[in-house]
Amino acid sequence: MAPRRMVLLGGLSATGALVVGYALWPSGRLEHANRLASRPGERFVANWIKIADDDTLTVVIPHCDMGTGIFTSLPQMAAEELDADWTKVRSETAPPDPLFANGALGEGFILSGYDIYPENIPAFLRGTVANSFRTIAEFMDLQVTGGSSAIRATGVYGIRIAAAAAREMLVKAAATRWTVPQRLCITRNSRVIHPESGQSFRYGELAREASALDLSSHPKLKPRSQYTIVGKPVARFDIPSKVNGTTIYGIDVQRPGMLYAAIRIAPVFGGKLVSVDTHAAESRRGVEKVIRLDDAIVVVADRFWRARDAVAALDPVFGDGGHGGVASSNIAGRRLAALNGELKSDVKTGSGRDALAGGRLIESAYQVPYLAHATMEPMNATAHFVDGKLEVWSGTQDGLGSRVQCAKTAGLPLDKVAFHLMPMGGGFGRRLPGSFNFLDYAVRTAMAVPGKPVKLIFTREQDMQHDYYRPNVMSRFMATLDHDGSPSAWVNEYTTDDSANPEAHILYDIPNQAIDVAKVKTHVPTGPWRSVESSWHGFFIESFIDELAHLAGADPMAYRLKLLAQKPRHAAVLALAADKAGWHNPLPAGRGRGVAIVECFKTIVCHVAEVTIGTDGRLKVDRVVSVVDAGMAVNPDGLRAQIEGAILFGLSAALFGEITIDKGAVMQSSFPDYPVVRLADVPDIEIHLIESDAPLGGGGEPGTPPVAPAVTNAIFAATGMRLRDLPIANHTLSMQRQSAG
Amino acid sequence: MGVVLNVNGKVHELDVEPDAPLLWVLRDELGLTGTKFGCGIAACGACTVHIDGEARRSCVTEVATVAGARIVTIEGLSAEGTTPVQQAWIAHQVPQCGYCQSGMVMAVSALLARNPAPSDAELRKAVTNICRCGTYPRICAAVQQLAAEKS
Repeated sequence: MAPRRMVLLGGLSATGALVVGYALWPSGRLEHANRLASRPGERFVANWIKIADDDTLTVVIPHCDMGTGIFTSLPQMAAEELDADWTKVRSETAPPDPLFANGALGEGFILSGYDIYPENIPAFLRGTVANSFRTIAEFMDLQVTGGSSAIRATGVYGIRIAAAAAREMLVKAAATRWTVPQRLCITRNSRVIHPESGQSFRYGELAREASALDLSSHPKLKPRSQYTIVGKPVARFDIPSKVNGTTIYGIDVQRPGMLYAAIRIAPVFGGKLVSVDTHAAESRRGVEKVIRLDDAIVVVADRFWRARDAVAALDPVFGDGGHGGVASSNIAGRRLAALNGELKSDVKTGSGRDALAGGRLIESAYQVPYLAHATMEPMNATAHFVDGKLEVWSGTQDGLGSRVQCAKTAGLPLDKVAFHLMPMGGGFGRRLPGSFNFLDYAVRTAMAVPGKPVKLIFTREQDMQHDYYRPNVMSRFMATLDHDGSPSAWVNEYTTDDSANPEAHILYDIPNQAIDVAKVKTHVPTGPWRSVESSWHGFFIESFIDELAHLAGADPMAYRLKLLAQKPRHAAVLALAADKAGWHNPLPAGRGRGVAIVECFKTIVCHVAEVTIGTDGRLKVDRVVSVVDAGMAVNPDGLRAQIEGAILFGLSAALFGEITIDKGAVMQSSFPDYPVVRLADVPDIEIHLIESDAPLGGGGEPGTPPVAPAVTNAIFAATGMRLRDLPIANHTLSMQRQSAG
Repeated sequence: MGVVLNVNGKVHELDVEPDAPLLWVLRDELGLTGTKFGCGIAACGACTVHIDGEARRSCVTEVATVAGARIVTIEGLSAEGTTPVQQAWIAHQVPQCGYCQSGMVMAVSALLARNPAPSDAELRKAVTNICRCGTYPRICAAVQQLAAEKS
């Protein structure tokens, strides 16, 4: 039988041409969707779009809710195209079924110019589904939330199109009933109206008929000028239940007869459990079982605190997997050795590094440490293995990928595994595929106590010491300036623990460039961390360009503007930031102002930071003025919240964040030795959103990268000290002689 | 033998060790999961509850030390539904992931009970809870609004 319906995934490309991708809905798929995710009185009209008899429009979101607001902003995009009554709009999480894979994400990346080969896969997706996806089909078998992609890929290339198609189907259903041409019908407030006769139908009255129609192959999309819901600040749906404690996060899952598990994992990554005397735990109250895994010891008890205390009472012996000699200091040495060895060329323009010979050479090396994610909710999962079937509850950034991973760990076929994607207390990249150790341990624990649901919770210490860290990397720059101080050559040699990073490419117009890469892999597991590669390349590039500006005797803002003359959006962002921050207003001694601009996930963000350095060397970040061009904001208040949060996330890392390795293991364990920003540290934050005609950019991550360089550039302006490594807390700040110029 | 706790106006006789942490007794014994685990060492404040009206970190509070005290969790903050603090949290769209917000609401509510119109500096000094999403600017704005309404 021929496919009964086809849903379009398409949208306007960066060049403005209509780009259309197809996701075929084979016959029966709609019924399958209804079986999976519809209640009585409602049905799917198109992908992700359900309409109920009472007009309720439910948008089924193929992403997780980690607090970024997409469970409200994606419905805004659907409601806009559907001309829905906003008071009748809801959202819910899609089931972790391949039917609801967020293939639009893949489409979005294809359309935005990524080729889908393993080396080109954006880092936040690497490691997904066992590193095996080399084809678009596999790529689409995901429900990832990462890469600031929900709005700009799923929304733009998916939900918005499906909603427009659904609207046309509703119109067709009404026009058929009235036997009038569709073009004489309009839609408003969840009704199809025939103005000539004054008749109208509610969407709920039409939904059943509409859902039986073929989708229009080219649904008409609204131009931005006609938007009435998108672009307006709306209250998020999820907030009321987050102020009264009723949101059920992964850690809050309760099952009848549930047991609790606490774990101690080999402190050195790759180490194995050698021996353990389990008696000390087994005799304790409530302990049900002590489980020896190859690289960890787990205690299962009737209450969590009993499991936690029992596992702490053990004295297991773990091997070091041959990594016991690794320390942060010798990792730094290895990076330097790699940069002095053979490099792989990533970018060469003009005469590349040969142009260094033509002027005064400036050389600087930058580095950043490992960082933990430290989500507020420590990693956890609840798993129940009974009668050959596995059921798992957890908060992750990929529901379908989690289900696949659990099946793999358990050695079960996918149809024997159910996964319940729960709201989560922070993600920041920690809960993406490739970083699922908490799922693996929970599943292995559940398999060892068949018949009983068990909730495994990492203590904060285990969470911090068994993360997948933001990598510890360095960059070595060389540049020469021409007679007017502009850079004529730009050389960046950097280390990566992965493939070359497009984020090392620069916005600035510099004629001769060489960007070369050295790979340094350690035994420390690494993974995506909010804004991924931009988080360190932003610091490196925006610090070094600042050095060049000062050496050229130029104003750092004017210097950047000159080098961005061919990029009007970036120049406009900088210019507005200069204006709003009062860039040219002089500051008293001990205070300084710094600027940084980074484009990340297609959104341009400039921060201007103002700092005060006390006579005692104490740093206070007083103010951050931020200008953001994300094309447009679907929910402007939501985007502001994301930028505020991203600034403070970046500030925690800039000021304090550092995970160090000694004897192969992580030295930090909790907030006292891994401090993060608290209320007392928070600067005044002022955000200005620019609406441009550009395609929508990401919202969750782009606010993070420019924070560290804006602050360190401000410290330089105030003191003359150039900080080339983070965190700032490792430096004793004092007034140095201002550099020349 | 056991411990008698008064939680949200209800008396519970519990068969738990005297040194059991209040946080886990609330969550695992009483099913009150609105109070969150963040660090277990009183460093983050996600587990903040009220003990006789004072904000306390329940993860390091041994149950025997609060037997007979008036314990209030986020679930029992108000019998009349949403409190002014919670309303301000909604008005300012404070939460992101929301995980720390039970503790934040409890910490701020306790502060406002003894100082209904705190200055921004007083708030920043009194509330040391951690939010990784960075909702602090909105917390300040919400509390300033509540303070302005009082003064």
